[in-house]
Amino acid sequence: MIGQHTIGVTVNGVAQERSVEPRLLLSDFLRHELGLTGTHVGCEHGVCGACTVLLDGEAVRSCLIFAVQAAGHEITTVEALSDGGELHPLQQAFHEAHALQCGFCTPGFLLSLLPYLREHPHPSEAEIRVALSGNLCRCTGYANIVAAVQRYAAQQGVGSRESGVER
Amino acid sequence: MKTSRYFGASVPRLEDARLLTGRALFVDDVQLPAMLHAAFLRSDEAHARLNGIDVAAARKRPGVIAVFTAHDLGDYWKPGPLLVPPPPIEGLVFNTATQVPLARDKIRHAGEPLALVIAESRYLAEDALEDIAVDLVPLPAVTDLEAALAEGSALVHEQFGSNLAAHVHQSTGDYAAARATAHLVLARRFHYDRGAAAALENRGVVAQWDPRAEELTVWDTTQAPIPIRNGLAAMLGLRESQVRVIAPFIGGGFGPKIMMYYPEEVLLPWAAMRLGRPVKWIEDRRENFYATTQERAQIHDAELAVTKDGSILGVRDRFLHDTGAYDPYGLTVPINSQCTLLGPYVVPSYDSEFTAVFTNKPIVTPVRGAGRQHGVFVMERLLDFAARELGIDRVEIRRRNYIQPEAFPYDHRILFQDFRPLVYDSGNYPAALAKAAELIGYESFVREKQPRLRREGKHTGLGIVSYIEGTGIGPYEGARVTVEPSGSVRVATGVGTQGQGHFTTFAQIVAEVLGVELEQVQVSTGDTREFGWGTGTFASRGAVVAGSACYAAALKVREKILSLGAALLGVSAGELVVTEGSVRVREVPDRGISLGELARKANPLRGAVTPGTEPGLEATAYFGPDRGNAASGVHAMLVEVDPETAAVVIKRYVVVHDCGTVINPMVVEAQVQGGVAHGIGNAFYEQLIFDANGQLLNASFMDYLLPTALDVPTVELAHIETPSPLNPLGTKGVGEAGAIPTGAAFAQAVEDALADTGIEISEIPLSPNRLFELLAAARGAA
Repeated sequence: MIGQHTIGVTVNGVAQERSVEPRLLLSDFLRHELGLTGTHVGCEHGVCGACTVLLDGEAVRSCLIFAVQAAGHEITTVEALSDGGELHPLQQAFHEAHALQCGFCTPGFLLSLLPYLREHPHPSEAEIRVALSGNLCRCTGYANIVAAVQRYAAQQGVGSRESGVER
Repeated sequence: MKTSRYFGASVPRLEDARLLTGRALFVDDVQLPAMLHAAFLRSDEAHARLNGIDVAAARKRPGVIAVFTAHDLGDYWKPGPLLVPPPPIEGLVFNTATQVPLARDKIRHAGEPLALVIAESRYLAEDALEDIAVDLVPLPAVTDLEAALAEGSALVHEQFGSNLAAHVHQSTGDYAAARATAHLVLARRFHYDRGAAAALENRGVVAQWDPRAEELTVWDTTQAPIPIRNGLAAMLGLRESQVRVIAPFIGGGFGPKIMMYYPEEVLLPWAAMRLGRPVKWIEDRRENFYATTQERAQIHDAELAVTKDGSILGVRDRFLHDTGAYDPYGLTVPINSQCTLLGPYVVPSYDSEFTAVFTNKPIVTPVRGAGRQHGVFVMERLLDFAARELGIDRVEIRRRNYIQPEAFPYDHRILFQDFRPLVYDSGNYPAALAKAAELIGYESFVREKQPRLRREGKHTGLGIVSYIEGTGIGPYEGARVTVEPSGSVRVATGVGTQGQGHFTTFAQIVAEVLGVELEQVQVSTGDTREFGWGTGTFASRGAVVAGSACYAAALKVREKILSLGAALLGVSAGELVVTEGSVRVREVPDRGISLGELARKANPLRGAVTPGTEPGLEATAYFGPDRGNAASGVHAMLVEVDPETAAVVIKRYVVVHDCGTVINPMVVEAQVQGGVAHGIGNAFYEQLIFDANGQLLNASFMDYLLPTALDVPTVELAHIETPSPLNPLGTKGVGEAGAIPTGAAFAQAVEDALADTGIEISEIPLSPNRLFELLAAARGAA
């Protein structure tokens, strides 16, 4: 199990090549090898959802994947969502609806929601709550996260695609 | 302070952009050159005699830099301080036993740290934990509160001769006489069990010693960076100015992050200095379940004496409080329970006695609510039972017993946790109750809707309860406000922030006073280099105490602006207005000077000033209230229960809340919503389950259930505003309010839905499983 593997992975559009231990979690790889600390680690057993990132556009828990398993794939983290100084519309909706307090779980919520909203651009409140139910938040009581998603959905209609991230 | 442009407005938060984009710095985001990583070996046993620890193999593992046990700490090994000494209550007994950095001779709870491994990576450090051999002799674990006090019980701390941690008796009036004249005396036993704070961010510490500057920098997930700095300086033999503690963005606190000093925050700085390299430790979730403090097991035997018309004559309460293996936080939690029981009611006689008990479980310190929910639960349940026995409506029995709006200040004649008499400053309880009853549709539900739904086979119920939250306690906080030459305004305060919106609400206060754009105000919290005096974020006091300090500092800066502006513009200060980032002559609006320009002129490079002149547009101010203030509210909820499966669905949740003057309604409402979610978890889903050996059986998020978006309804919220006279802003605290009465409301609502089964709910948490058992027992008895 000790030993190094060289992996190539595209993260936020940038090709990365690194030598890693096979046991290195993708979450630790992103945070500590690449310095992308926006991906947060809350439980390391796949329940809280704080570490959610996109793997080839689908939401995955980066604490349940080894970095070597991401080889050859495209990873998107929260750092890629905003365009320069401008927030992604979903980030903007979170801001306007006060959908975050301590903000630790927020990147995971954003990245869980983006693929879902791509498939379900006009969810009902009940559907939104189901979509959110795989991510834990201890601060907000979820109400304003639901409101943020409703705000975003109302503004978006059908999304367009830019640099791999639904806007 | 009057509501105007910013003060009282729901402005979106200034801190959001950093958090939303992943740029905010949390402790685990700190990366330093040559940084090492720590892992702790923790005890599997809850109670054991420790004979020895063999770390030789671990030290030899490649990549391991150091392994420390208690014996390697030398003089640095000592028990932590007693953080909160007990209040001066006559006859009080308190046995002090505080946590140790690493267990030396004895282990007192599962998860207690035994050894510290420092390695080139966390992965390697954890590998080395496997190499350590521990020689210990298990002892019988003390887990049951009543058995703990029985003769012959195993002892958590042998030196006291029993497991009694404290005994406190407070009383007012003559309960025995009240009891003798009562029409009805209700006696019940109530249980409230342990839950976790479960902040999404676990704890963490990064320590760096700079040998050139001779400075220690510590990033710590603490709610109290300044006391941590002061304590570390004293322990490490450094000047306070040599230690900088930074509590950057913190991923939720909820109480346990105010505990100090955790073993990890004592050991990491010591190790970093000793090894000459930065060291990081980040708690994992499993550790968080053992090594972070918890609340809140209590058993109450309580009695309520009432007249025939439901007027309270007196309450007697005897309760046991589980303080866990150590009691560094003194009596804050049980005294909160004792005081908060009285709630918004006139209680002519009160006889309350509690015994705090040492157990072989993790340490108990405040978690959101901090013991208040127990008191509320006991009182509200007793009133529910009394109403039923007397045939009085639940809302009516509360209304009849309220302290009236004209009765403030109202003195309960006992001592609160801030060592001050429990005197309520302001409130309007009848109005809050009426509003909540109206919003939830109490009358129509009880008279018409509930019976109709019952006929349709649905078991629906309503709960409506009151509470008081003592908030905004002292001693003090401070703030420094600086107008910079750029015209931007910098505010520094000592409290840490864990998501409450301080960056925005403090900016709102200062922007209002100085007449600048909100975006011009930059708030710094939780960095001892920025501000070095203060105590921390706890007891729902940030907006009240630190907010008032920001206000006072801004007023002083405003005075400086007016005085310098008057001198430069050649008019009297009374002719000036401070507005739109400038100071201007009221009658001649185009005659003025920008605050940035004024700040430059207040800091001359050459020339002379009038002796006594202070440079810059800067001021520091402090605020300490005479005593805590009394926030209050009413919670009401509608539930539907399936008696076959014991599933409970919360259909509606109404909160009418009074936190005095509101600085930012959006922030306040969100604090309440989040508190309610925590309360719902506490009431129905979350319970730390220990077995008889002191082993925690559900130490993961797979087994310990936090409420999800499916479990927490959107709270319908209304405000009552009775400004507090105890601070210039008129605010009261709100951080914990949502979580306090939830269990009481939940119990009443579920019981109401199942009224035909005759079950009585006297325990929280009430898991679906436990409710199922209660229902089965009721059916068996019928």
